[in-house]
Amino acid sequence: MISLSESSEPRLKIRARKDGYVPEPERTDLAVRVRDLHVTYKTTFEKRPTLKQALVRFGRGVRATQTVEALKGVSFDVKNGTTLGVIGSNGAGKSTLLRVLAGIIPPSEGNVETWGRASTMLALGVGFNAALTGRENILLGGLAAGLTKKQVLDRTQQIADWAEEGSDRFIDRPMRTYSSGQNARVGFSVGVHMDPDILMVDEALSTGDAGFRERAAHKLEELRAQARAMLFVSHGLNSVRELCNDCIWLDHGRLVMRGHPDEVTAAYLEFLHVKETGMNAEEY
Amino acid sequence: MVPVTSDPSSTSEAGATPQVRYFHYAPHHNGLPPMGTYLKELWQRRDFAYELSRANMRADNSATVFGTIWLVLNPILMAGVYFLLVNILTSRGRSNPEYFVHLTTSLFVFTLITTCANTGTTSVTTAGKLILNTAFPRLLIPLAAVITAVMRFLPTLVVTLILLIVTPSTHWSPTMLLAVVFVLLMVLLGTGIASFFATCQVYFRDTVNFLPYFIRIWLYLSPVLWVPNDIAGNALQPIAQIVNPAYSLLTGYTSLLLHGTIPGPTVWLTAAVWSIAVFLLGTLFFIWRERDFAVRIF
Repeated sequence: MISLSESSEPRLKIRARKDGYVPEPERTDLAVRVRDLHVTYKTTFEKRPTLKQALVRFGRGVRATQTVEALKGVSFDVKNGTTLGVIGSNGAGKSTLLRVLAGIIPPSEGNVETWGRASTMLALGVGFNAALTGRENILLGGLAAGLTKKQVLDRTQQIADWAEEGSDRFIDRPMRTYSSGQNARVGFSVGVHMDPDILMVDEALSTGDAGFRERAAHKLEELRAQARAMLFVSHGLNSVRELCNDCIWLDHGRLVMRGHPDEVTAAYLEFLHVKETGMNAEEY
Repeated sequence: MVPVTSDPSSTSEAGATPQVRYFHYAPHHNGLPPMGTYLKELWQRRDFAYELSRANMRADNSATVFGTIWLVLNPILMAGVYFLLVNILTSRGRSNPEYFVHLTTSLFVFTLITTCANTGTTSVTTAGKLILNTAFPRLLIPLAAVITAVMRFLPTLVVTLILLIVTPSTHWSPTMLLAVVFVLLMVLLGTGIASFFATCQVYFRDTVNFLPYFIRIWLYLSPVLWVPNDIAGNALQPIAQIVNPAYSLLTGYTSLLLHGTIPGPTVWLTAAVWSIAVFLLGTLFFIWRERDFAVRIF
């Protein structure tokens, strides 16, 4: 069963669900609460699944889908004002966790509550139609995220200016002409200008030139003060230690350790059997 | 995905930001998200569907020289091709000049449905990053395809009007305006079809390859190249009328617009039942599967 022992505040509105979980929309101390979160999904081996392939397979009696257990019973809270580092090897479930918090992937089991809108600033950046310009993609992304047209248009210039600072203007060019660095700039700029209550940063600092990285780090520092909470996914353990005041380590969909970033990163490095040097601390 | 509860109502002392939105995400036990919240979010983001459609149309048009003119030219050329074909096979066009008006009008409005199917099918699979990175009711994506189809239909409606004006035998009457009802029903049908095929395309990426054959057969089975009177008295006529949703929709539309006669209750009923049923089944199927999309598209 789900433990609710940590909720000491008086509840104003109790609506227990069928699974016995009690959502607490009135709480003010937490930004995120994750309880016994499981994410299981079926996906396919094939790069391009087709009906033709499915029929051929059906004839042979082979199945092409596999079940992925991305998260297996993760529980944690994020208090207001926390910057939570999320570390773990590739495929540990870090990005899935962020997607669940953003409401992109629903939980298969368990409950997730967020007090505030979580940003969806993920590794893939913005822009889905490469034939459209950066500006059009920003407008569409903003509208999809639930902003009004006026709100997005007000912000578009800000986003463009921030993304283009220190480089040539590229925002009105089709996105297929963008370099990966330009993509990262736009993605980061969109994420930080959408005023999310809960800021989620997924490897956003790893691309881009030195100037951009420095500005991005400054911007994050600035936003950390404004946002209710921040979740920072990174393989750069030094950045995690510098930015975060709390840290979780995921491995194969399970929460292995939670604690101070120094302790957790040290344990993680020990687990990986690698000596901590200046170089590799930026790479895991 | 849509949260189980999302209260815009704030908690009074909620830290730095006074207006804090609360979200609760939980498994959907019956397979469908809570429809109230879903529809509310859908309505709030209607600008997105409109802008997505506009942006996609801009991107498409930039690739062709004719641009917007092509939207009108394409169905006219198609009508010309079919007119020629029918005239080679039969002598129908020579003996009956109104036939060309029937052919063009029906083809234009049938194109509305097929554009929904064509643009709708690939709409979700081409929206990859948006689906991976943003939470919103996915139904907006096929809806944008339907908006595109309607926008492309409007210029052809002007051509239809011109054809009606130049045809001397047109019976002008206010009942012609009732044809709008059939257009709306076709939009509903198109939305259902677009949502259904968009979902299929996520699982089977060759759906779009089968689609032209399906549409072509459907076209031949519908009263576009032929008129309902051609099969009157045939034993298959009642079956065609019931089984093919396009039969009643096209019959109702053309009889109102070209002949100014109000179709019988069977036509209204079959058209309405088919359109609403396909709309509901298609969109519900889409919403039922849409939470899978983020893990199926890469």
